[in-house]
Amino acid sequence: MSNATGGSVLGRALRPRKESDMTSTGGLHWRPRGILQWIGAILVFLFIVAWAALSLLPMAWMFTSAFTPSSALVKMPPQVSVKNFSLANFKDLLKKAPLLPRWFLNTAFIASVATVANLIFDTLAGYAFAKMDFPGRDIIFWVILSTMMIPSQVTLVPMFLLVNKLGWYDSYAAILVPGMCQTFGIFMMKQFIQTLPADMEDAARVDGCSELGIWWRIILPLCKPGMAVLGISVFMGQWKSFLWPLIVLKTERKFLLEQGLTTLQQQFFTDYGVLMSGAAFAAIPMIIVFFFFQRYLIEGFTVGDVLKG
Amino acid sequence: MVDGLARIKQDPEPHKTNKVRSVLKLLYKKRWAYYFIAPATILFCIFTVIPVIRSFILAFQEFRLMGNVWVGLDNFKYVLTDPVFHKAMRNTALYTVIMVPQGVLKALVLASILRNLPEAMQTFFRGAYYLPGVASAVVISMVWKWIYDPNFGLFNLILGKFGFGPYPWLTSPKTSLTSIMLMGILTAPGYYIILYLAAMKKIPRELYEVADIDGATPFSKWWNVTLPLLKPTTLYITITSIIGSFQIFTSAYVMTQGGPGYSTMTVVYLIYNTAFRDFEFGLASAQAIVLAAIIVFISIFNFRAFSTDVQY
Repeated sequence: MSNATGGSVLGRALRPRKESDMTSTGGLHWRPRGILQWIGAILVFLFIVAWAALSLLPMAWMFTSAFTPSSALVKMPPQVSVKNFSLANFKDLLKKAPLLPRWFLNTAFIASVATVANLIFDTLAGYAFAKMDFPGRDIIFWVILSTMMIPSQVTLVPMFLLVNKLGWYDSYAAILVPGMCQTFGIFMMKQFIQTLPADMEDAARVDGCSELGIWWRIILPLCKPGMAVLGISVFMGQWKSFLWPLIVLKTERKFLLEQGLTTLQQQFFTDYGVLMSGAAFAAIPMIIVFFFFQRYLIEGFTVGDVLKG
Repeated sequence: MVDGLARIKQDPEPHKTNKVRSVLKLLYKKRWAYYFIAPATILFCIFTVIPVIRSFILAFQEFRLMGNVWVGLDNFKYVLTDPVFHKAMRNTALYTVIMVPQGVLKALVLASILRNLPEAMQTFFRGAYYLPGVASAVVISMVWKWIYDPNFGLFNLILGKFGFGPYPWLTSPKTSLTSIMLMGILTAPGYYIILYLAAMKKIPRELYEVADIDGATPFSKWWNVTLPLLKPTTLYITITSIIGSFQIFTSAYVMTQGGPGYSTMTVVYLIYNTAFRDFEFGLASAQAIVLAAIIVFISIFNFRAFSTDVQY
C-alpha cells in the first residue's frame, strides 16, 4: 500500500493537513506593485538566496576539503579546483583510522535496531493510548509525556550507575535498551492512530481477531506513513547521538561514528583533509536519508504542533 | 424471601465483593491494553522515573565506592560558590541570551519571506535551509573548526584578501565564545523555519481577506494578523531553543574542549567533566539539578509571559 493512492484509507488519514494547505495559500501573497516595490522584492529575494548560500557554505567547504589533497589545502591561497580532485584524503583516512568502517557498521547496526524497536513499542503503546479505553490511561499517558520537560542531564549520572550495575558498561545494551521506546514516538503514534477510522478494527474484532492480530494486521499497515516519519527521526537521532555513547562505550572497536570522529580529531587535529573526509563520511548517509525522505521528515516536524496547542 | 435472607447472611458485604470482582473483570477484559503499554511503561519507569529520583538523592550524597555518604546541602553549597560553575553558567547564559532571540527572529523573518514565494520555491529554500541541520553537531563543529583555523581557515583567508586579520577565533579566550556563537548566528534555523511555515499555512485565509477589505497594508496584515496568530509557535520555538541552548555541549567539546582557560566551558560540559572525569557523582547531580531548575523556571516564566489567549 503506497501513500500515493489518494482514495485509500491512507490518503484519507493524510488528507486533512493537505486540505488546510490548499485553502490558506493564495490570497495572502504579497505581490510587488511599482518599480520601488520590485526593487525591494528583488533585494529581499537576493537576501534569502545569500542566506541559503551561507547556510550551505560549511557543507560545501567540507566536501571541497574532503576531495582536495591536504597539501593543496594548506597552501597560501589553498589550491581548490576541480583539477585537484582526489580521493587521497579518503585513502589516508582509512590508513590512519582503520576502525572507521567498523564504526560506520556499528552505528548503522545500532540505529537500525533502535529504529525497529521503536517502531514496535511506540506503535503498541500509541495504539493502546489512542484507541483503547482502560482505567489509568490518561494518567499514565500524561505522566510519560510530562517527563519530556526534564533535561536529559539530570538522568545522566544515575543512568550511568544503573548501566554499570546491570553490567552493560561498554556494551551496546546500554544504548539499545533505554532507547527501545521514546516518549515523543509514543506521542506521535498516538496522534497518528487517532486519525484512523475505527470501522476496520471493529469489523476484525467481530470476526474474532485477537487484539495483537488487529495491531499487526490492521493498525500497522494503516500506520505506514506515520511509521515512516517515526523511523526516520529515530534513525537520524540515533545516528547523530554523541554524549551517551561517549560515556558508556570505552573499547575503541565498539565506538560509534560520532564518537570515533572526535577521537580522530584529537589525534590528527590539524590534518584537515583527513578530518573533513571523515566528517563527509559520517554526513553522507544523513544527506541521502534527507533527500529520499524529506517529505516525511518535514511532516514529522509538524506533528509537534499539537504540543503547542 | 427466606432464601434471600440466607444469601445475605452468607455474603455480608455483597456490594464490596461485587465491586472488587467487577474491577478485576474490567482489568482482565482490558488486559491487552496493559500488555500493549507494558514495555513502554516498564522501560520508562526504569530509565526515567527511577533515575530522576536517584539523581535527587545523589545530589545530597558524596559518592564513595564503599557506599554513599549523606552530606546534606554541601554539594549545592559547593556548586553555588564554585568559580568554575559560575563561569560555566555565565557562558551558558550569555550564549542563550544571544542565540535564542536572534534565532527566533531569523526564523520568523525568513519564514515570512518564504511564505510569499510560490510553492515550488518554498520547498527549495526550505530544503536549502534545513540541509545543514541533517549533519550531526560533531560534523558541523569539525567543519567550523576548520573554517576558523587561524592559519589556513576559510575565514582568515577571505578576510586576509580584504586586508583584515588574521584573527585567532577559537584559540583566544577573548574571541572563543563569540566564535562559537557566530557559527550559530550564520546558520539558518531550518527546523524553526519549517515550523513557522507550517503554522502560517494554518492561519485561515478569511482573516487576510477581511484585512484586505479594511484596506490593510501588507506590513499591517503581517503585524496584526500573522504575528499574533503565530504566538503559540513562537512560544514553542522559544522554549525549545532556550532548553537547547542551556544544554550546549557538543560544539564546545569538539571545537575548544571548553578552553582556552574556561572561556567556553558550559554547564553541561562541566557536568560531564565532574561526573566522568572526576567521578564526583554527587556534585554532578547537584549541578544537573541546578541546571534543570533554571530551565524549568525559565520555561514556566515563558508560558506565563506568552500565554494570552489566542483566538481565531
